[in-house]
Amino acid sequence: MSIAERFAQGDRDAFEELFREYQGDVYRWVMRIVRDTGVAEDLTVEAFWKIFQAHARFDPDRNFAAWARRIATNLALDQLRKRRRELPLLGEPKEQPAACREANPGERAEAKRWIEQAMNELPPKLRVVATLALIEEVTYREIGEALGIPEATARVRGFRAVRMLREKLKNLGTNS
Amino acid sequence: MNESAEKELKELLQRHVPRGNAEPRRDLWPQMLKRMEAPPRKWAWLDWALAGTLLAGLLLNPGTILVLLYHL
Repeated sequence: MSIAERFAQGDRDAFEELFREYQGDVYRWVMRIVRDTGVAEDLTVEAFWKIFQAHARFDPDRNFAAWARRIATNLALDQLRKRRRELPLLGEPKEQPAACREANPGERAEAKRWIEQAMNELPPKLRVVATLALIEEVTYREIGEALGIPEATARVRGFRAVRMLREKLKNLGTNS
Repeated sequence: MNESAEKELKELLQRHVPRGNAEPRRDLWPQMLKRMEAPPRKWAWLDWALAGTLLAGLLLNPGTILVLLYHL
C-alpha cells in the first residue's frame, strides 16, 4: 500500500512521512504569499492540520502536493484578509537586485513605501494574484490551480490588479 | 490595459520588492505534534455574539453584502 493510500486511511505514520516530505514546499509557497516567517510557519502547520483532518476525503490517485498547496493557499488568503494592514510585503532581500543598489537609498525607500501602500490597498484576492504573478513570476495556470479557480479567472484578477496598482502608484506620485 | 503594462509594472515591482523565497528555519514536525494534541478550539460567547451582530447587520443592510464580497 502506498503512503498516500495509508494516509487516506488515517495512518499517522504515513501522515508524518508526507509532512516531512512536503513541509518545505508548503512553507515556501505560503511564504511567497504572506512574506512573514512566523506567520508562514504557523500557516504551514495549520494547513497540515486541515490536511490531516481531511484524510478521508483525499483520493490517493490525486497529487498530494497540489492538494496541500490549495489548502495552504486558502489559509494564506484568509490570513491576508484578517491582517490586511499588518503583513509586510517588503522584507529586505538577501541580496539587492543590481537596479536597487544603483538607486538613491532615499528614493528607493520611498518607492518601496509607495509600492507597499498600493499593494496593501488591493483586495486580498487581487493582492495574492499580484504578488504571485508580478513579483514571484508564478504562471497564471499555477495560480489558478492553487486558488481553485480557472486560469482565465486568475488572469483577469491579474489584469485588474495591474490596473489598480498602476492607478494607485500614479496617484502616489510614481510612474509605472 | 495590455501585456506591456503588466511587464512594466513587473519590472518596477521586481526592482523594489524582494522575492519571498525562504527555506523553513527548522523542522516543523514538533509544532505539528503540539497542534494535533491540542484540544479542539471552541467558540466563545463573544464569537457567537459578534457573528450574530454581523449577520443581523447584513440582513438589515443587504447592500453591504456586495461591498463585502468585493473586498473579500
